[in-house]
Amino acid sequence: MNKVLGFLDPLLIVSAALMGVALYLIFMWVPTETNQGAVQRILYFHVPVAWGSMMGIFVVSGSSFLYLWKKDEKWDRLAVASAEVGVVFGAMMLLSGMIWARPVWAVWWTGEAKLTTALILFFIYVAYLMFRAYFPPGAQRQRLAAIIGVIGAIDSPIIYFAANLWSQAHPPLVTGPAADADSALGSDLGAVLLMSTLAFTFLFIYMLQTRYKIRKSEDDIVELKRASNAVEASQA
Amino acid sequence: MKDSLAVIWAIGRKDLLLEIRNKDVVVAVAGFALLVLSIFTFAVDLNQANAKLVGPGVLWAGIAFAGVTGLNRAFALEVEGNTLEALMLAPISRDLIYLGKALGNFLFIWVAQLIVIPAFAVLFNLIVFRWEMLVICLLATLGLSAVGTLFAAMSVRVRAREVMLPLLFLPVVTPLLMAAVESTGHLVHGRSWGDMAQWLQLAVAFDVAFLVVSAFIFQHILED
Repeated sequence: MNKVLGFLDPLLIVSAALMGVALYLIFMWVPTETNQGAVQRILYFHVPVAWGSMMGIFVVSGSSFLYLWKKDEKWDRLAVASAEVGVVFGAMMLLSGMIWARPVWAVWWTGEAKLTTALILFFIYVAYLMFRAYFPPGAQRQRLAAIIGVIGAIDSPIIYFAANLWSQAHPPLVTGPAADADSALGSDLGAVLLMSTLAFTFLFIYMLQTRYKIRKSEDDIVELKRASNAVEASQA
Repeated sequence: MKDSLAVIWAIGRKDLLLEIRNKDVVVAVAGFALLVLSIFTFAVDLNQANAKLVGPGVLWAGIAFAGVTGLNRAFALEVEGNTLEALMLAPISRDLIYLGKALGNFLFIWVAQLIVIPAFAVLFNLIVFRWEMLVICLLATLGLSAVGTLFAAMSVRVRAREVMLPLLFLPVVTPLLMAAVESTGHLVHGRSWGDMAQWLQLAVAFDVAFLVVSAFIFQHILED
């Protein structure tokens, strides 16, 4: 029983159900926005995945800090799981944003403050994962990775401030439909966005939990191998 | 306090002495930055308006990329000579080791800029010899060496450290580079302190934040 239905985690069931409701609301229920047209529906994915990547960054920096402080392995596992899920969400955020911006802003990319900040933070957390991949495993890797997590957290408000200042000096050029009047969706938009964000939040937590468990098994395997090697050595 | 300064100076002086004898870092940094500048002189059509527009960006991108090559050497020598253990055995606290190494890197990048910036003025035909430029360079170099020393110490044991250091270093120093580029941009357009004040404040905040945090966090890098 447990083996057959083992993949049916309650979190998975909840996030799948919520995702179904969110998809129905996005594609069937909510009316098409008048200025931007159908492309505006990307917003209902873009904002939730952006929220997910932000949660990812918060969890990485928080658990990195706790790892440096408490030296408990579980914080390191949480940090690496969160960095991986956060980078996936970040990539989805950047791509969905560009697909939306091309018809609406008439450019794929612009020097707007939030865009610049998101891109640089994405690079920092990609570097975090690459560092972990390149460094030999052990306590030192965990410590140094945690330092990168903390540095990224300290850097993010400075990056945002600088990007903001920069985009004031070089105002981004917006010529597409978004340059025109405000949209008239109001409360419908808010409700769908909330539902979709909820669905993606559960998906984020589910993915985080799954990655954490895999990470734990990886550590256990290393531990078992070490123990069996020790037994063999003592017998020989 | 006086003892701490003596320790920082002793480590900085050691690096300086090595550098005076073999001139590894300064020549590498200055040479690399000069190459970036001269490649851009034919990659971009440099009339007076273009030079003012792209010049500051090219200058600081060149210095940042060149800085990485120099920073890679900072701890590589210590590891090759197995002298990092000796430094760790010394009865001094780890933040002083960090500040000493950062002092050395600061001086190297600074001296390299003394070569690069006159060349920049000549190649791009821009007037940059003003007090403002001195302050911009000091602030930028301080931040680059503060962050760079920390990451160089971290990536020295990574395989492919030549790849790892820029990947870590460049995104983190982006706000500082923005500040340096924008202040230099104001400078080449003949504007003065008032216009660049916000950017200089940002650079000061960046420098202070990363010097303090890095000195504090460095003990975790040189553990065991």
